[in-house]
Amino acid sequence: MIDLNITKELHGAQGTMQLNCKTTIQEGEFVALSGKSGSGKTTLLRILAGLENAKGTITVHQQKWLDTSFALVPQKRKIGFVFQDYALFENMTVEQNLLYVAKDPQLAEKLLALTELTQLKKRYPNSLSGGQKQRVSICRALMKKPKILLLDEPLSALDLTMRNKLQEELLLLHKEFHTTTIMVTHNPAEIYRLASRVIILENGTIIQDTKTEDILYDLAPTEGSITLRGEVLHTTKNTALVAVGKKRIEITLTTQQAQQLSLGEKIKFRATHFQLC
Amino acid sequence: MHSINFEPFILSFQLASLTALILFCIALPLAWYLSQTESRSKPFIEAITALPIVLPPSVLGFYILWALSYNSPIGAFFEDKLGIKLVFSFTGLVIASCFYSLPFMVQPLQNGFESLNKSMLEASYIAGKSKLTTLFRVALPNMKSSLLTAIIITFAHTVGEFGVVLMVGGSIPGETKVASVAIYEMVDIMDYHTAHIYSAIMLGISFIVLLSLYIFNAKQTKRLTL
Repeated sequence: MIDLNITKELHGAQGTMQLNCKTTIQEGEFVALSGKSGSGKTTLLRILAGLENAKGTITVHQQKWLDTSFALVPQKRKIGFVFQDYALFENMTVEQNLLYVAKDPQLAEKLLALTELTQLKKRYPNSLSGGQKQRVSICRALMKKPKILLLDEPLSALDLTMRNKLQEELLLLHKEFHTTTIMVTHNPAEIYRLASRVIILENGTIIQDTKTEDILYDLAPTEGSITLRGEVLHTTKNTALVAVGKKRIEITLTTQQAQQLSLGEKIKFRATHFQLC
Repeated sequence: MHSINFEPFILSFQLASLTALILFCIALPLAWYLSQTESRSKPFIEAITALPIVLPPSVLGFYILWALSYNSPIGAFFEDKLGIKLVFSFTGLVIASCFYSLPFMVQPLQNGFESLNKSMLEASYIAGKSKLTTLFRVALPNMKSSLLTAIIITFAHTVGEFGVVLMVGGSIPGETKVASVAIYEMVDIMDYHTAHIYSAIMLGISFIVLLSLYIFNAKQTKRLTL
């Protein structure tokens, strides 16, 4: 469990602002950290990693990481950090990047296989695509078997196809390792797909901390997406037929979502996937 | 047939190699510190380090000569306690060259460290690696061209120094008479033939050294942008 109660004065484009965060994150949770640019998301992540100073306390699994008179160095915090710009060691091959963190060839092989990177393990980062680099970065972050995985907008620079693929891989890795994960993201589809909880920051303060499904429709829509309202006409195990105006639309659901729906119920939904035809 | 004495060249290269080696050991931690620190003292240290670039060699030579002479506490300490005479000796030349060439080692290294991706170093810290391990395993291997530039420019600059060397070392054959001083003497005694040969050798060597450096840097840039 992570207990966090920190303050820090930030100097951003909009002047001085106080980062003020108090929250508790349970072990194994996948938390999305969202909010406008400059709201303090990345700083919060960096404070957790020990890369920036702050006042207050951070306790992780009963171990003090930050106190009034003490700050555990980043080297001793069992953390995995995925940077937005990958931050791979350019002088090392993919495999060496992983083994630099921990001399555990078996784990490296397993992670590379999970992310379909085995064929590229002898390649250097400058010969990889953005998506491949980010997968290496995620694998490298997991090599230390971290207590917490911190991801700073890891998929924002990637195209939609690659983003979807990496979302699947992140889910797979989270299922495999059950690492407490905090991910900074602006993308509602990404939040909905990956996280079970969303924390929204505004001007350095947590303005919302809730389950993902409670907030989905309040989030700023993904570029180009549209929210539809309709009436449930029919449900099966994984689908629902919804009347939207004069049209009927079939939507895909999880079994749990399908069970919660009843006929005649008014719902709103948003397209999260599409295929060019 | 005019015989060429290569002793001044050998001395120049010995001096330049030793200076580059000593300065590398001194400048590496200094440049790393300057690239990492946010201390208010940083501009002062940078300004002091860069002084030899703007100071006339005679001014620098004069202060070094005074500091190394028996009249100063440093010179007196070395002569009385250790029995080492610093002025007009090869040891004194090495010390003077280290001051004279300091910015040429520090600045490329500092630029190299500062141009590294900061998050790459942070990723190493998060991986549990110390600053020293990060320096040798991540930082230095990713700034090879800056490393080579620092070493080559320091070496070449020391080979080419004249004013400071003449003031601190004089012209003792086999001890302090380096190539640049030998050329000056040849011109002074109007032995233009030897002066021409010495100068042509210096010109050729300097050009080859710099050409190798630029070819290496071009290859490095090409490799990184592939």
